[in-house]
Amino acid sequence: MAKEYETVIGLEVHVELATKTKIFCGCSTAFGAGPNTQTCPVCTGMPGSLPVLNKQVLEYAIAVGLATNCDITRYAKFDRKNYFYPDNPQNYQISQLYLPICRNGSVEIETKDGGVKSVGIHEIHMEEDAGKLIHDEWEDCSLVDYNRSGVPLIEIVSEPDMRSAEEVIAYLEKLRLIIQYLGASDCKLQEGSMRADVNLSVREVGAREFGTRTEMKNLNSFKAISRAIAGETERQTDLIESGEKVIQETRRWDDTRGESYAMRSKEDAQDYRYFPDPDLVPIVVSDEMLADIRSRQPEFRSEKMKRYKEEYDIPDYDIEIITGSKRMADLFEETMAICRQPKKVSNWLMGETLRLMKEKEVEVEDLRFSPENLAKLIALTDSRAINSSVAKEVFEVMFDTNVDPEQYVEEKGLKTVNDEGALKKTVEEVIAANPQSVEDYHNGKEKAVGFLVGQTMKAMKGKADPAMVNRLLKELL
Amino acid sequence: MANIISDETIEYVGILAKLELSDEEKEQAKSDMGRMLDYIDKLGELDTTGVEPMSHVFPVQNVFREDVVTNGDMRERLLSNAPEQKDGMFMVPKTFD
Repeated sequence: MAKEYETVIGLEVHVELATKTKIFCGCSTAFGAGPNTQTCPVCTGMPGSLPVLNKQVLEYAIAVGLATNCDITRYAKFDRKNYFYPDNPQNYQISQLYLPICRNGSVEIETKDGGVKSVGIHEIHMEEDAGKLIHDEWEDCSLVDYNRSGVPLIEIVSEPDMRSAEEVIAYLEKLRLIIQYLGASDCKLQEGSMRADVNLSVREVGAREFGTRTEMKNLNSFKAISRAIAGETERQTDLIESGEKVIQETRRWDDTRGESYAMRSKEDAQDYRYFPDPDLVPIVVSDEMLADIRSRQPEFRSEKMKRYKEEYDIPDYDIEIITGSKRMADLFEETMAICRQPKKVSNWLMGETLRLMKEKEVEVEDLRFSPENLAKLIALTDSRAINSSVAKEVFEVMFDTNVDPEQYVEEKGLKTVNDEGALKKTVEEVIAANPQSVEDYHNGKEKAVGFLVGQTMKAMKGKADPAMVNRLLKELL
Repeated sequence: MANIISDETIEYVGILAKLELSDEEKEQAKSDMGRMLDYIDKLGELDTTGVEPMSHVFPVQNVFREDVVTNGDMRERLLSNAPEQKDGMFMVPKTFD
C-alpha cells in the first residue's frame, strides 16, 4: 500500500509598515523617488551615524500583536544580524532575535469544511528592509539604490500549524485584513509590501517528528504561493519515496517555470552571529503605552459585521463583501454618514462598483470615487433628477475620474425632463411614427407598450422618467 | 595559552569576515585570537548565578523619534564617498540574489 504523506507549513511574513519615515532615521519612505534621493548617513551605514527608533513603528508592531492575541514583550531590544551583501550597507541588519516585541499569538482561520482552526504565531519582530540591487548588463556590475534601506518591516513568524495551500491563503488573508484594518500597511503582495516565505516539510501521516524543511522565497501572489506549495510538496515526497534526503536549504521559486532551485551555495555559510545592538537602547513598554494603543484599536471585521447586521437592514452577503476589505467598509461608512441610506449605498457598492472593478481590473485600494460624490449621485436619483440608467452612466464616469455628479449632469444636460408638455409632444410623435405597434397594443399585445417606451426614451436621449413615459403612453393610446 | 585556534576555525572566520590572510597572518591571527579568548575566559571565573543578562551598558531606555520627515535629498554628498557610481547609484561588483 502506498504511504500517505502530509505537508507541514509555517510562514514568515514580512509586512512593510505604512510610516512616513524609515525605522531609524528621518528619511521619507514615499514610493517612486529617484534612486538614493531618500537616504542619509544612517540608512547608508556611514560610520559614526546613530539610529533612533521611529515611535510609530513600535506602536504599529504592538497594535498588530494585540490584534493577533500576542503577549507584548515589556522589555524588548534590537539585535544585529550580520551578513555581507551590497544591499545591506552596514553589513548587519538591525532586527530582533532575543527579545522580540510580540510572542505567543494566534489567529483563527476558516477551514474548507466550514470549521475554525487556530494558527499559532510564534513571534512578531521589528526590523529594517534592505536596499534594492539593479543588475547592469552593460557594465556587467550591480547598482544599489538605498531608498528602501531602513524602511520599517515587521516579520510575523507563524508556528508550523498549516497543512495545505488553502490554509496558508486563509491565514494570509486574515493577517492582511487585520493589518489593513489597523492602517499599519496596505499589504500588497504584488508590490512587495507583504512578502511571504514558506517553510515546508513533508512527513508520513501519523509521524511524530517533522521532516526536514526548506524555506521558499520569491512568492509574489496567492497563486504563486499555491503553486509553490504543490511543487515543493511533490519534490520532497519524491525524494522521500526514492529514499533520498531532503536538504535543509533556502530555495527560490520561479513561477513562470513552475519550479524552485537552491539559492545559496555551501561557501556562503549562514552564520549571522547575532548580538545586541549597542546603538539602540532597550524598549520598555509601560502599562500606559499599552492601554493607549489598546484604546486606539479600530473596530475589526467581526465586530463590524455584527454592528452592520444590527444597525442596517442589508443582506448578510453584502455585509460579508463590504467588510471583506477596509477600503470598502470605509467607503460604505463614509457615504452612509452623509446620506443615511444603507441599502442604496450597499447596492451601489455591491452592484456597479464590483461590476466595474471586475470589468476594468481595478483593485479595491485603487477605487477613485469619493463618498461625497456617491452620496450626491444617490441624492440625484432620489429626487428623480436623473433616472437609473443615466445614474449608471454617470457612475461609470465617477468610477474613472471621480467627477462631481451634480456638475456632470448639469454640464451634459442629463437631467430628466419632467416637463409633461414637452414629453407629451415626443410621445405623440412616437405614436404617430409607429402605427403597427399601436395596432398591436389595441389587439391586446401589452408588450407593444414596452417598445413604444423604448422609442420615446431614445427620442429623449434617455433623459425621461420611464414611469412618466409609461403613464403618458397609456393615456394617449 | 588555554585556547588553541584550529586552522579550520581561522579559515571559517576569514570567510565570515571576508578576509584573505597569508599563512603568516593566519598564524599571527590564531595566536591573537587564542589570547583574546583566554582573557575573556577570566570572566567565566565570576559567579553570575541570579544575575540577569545585561542588554545595554547605559541606564537609558525608550529613546524614540516622531514619524516626521526631517531629511532631504543628500544623494550627491553620500555618493561622493562611493568608489564608483552610475545613474545616481552605488556601483558594486556583479551580485546575484
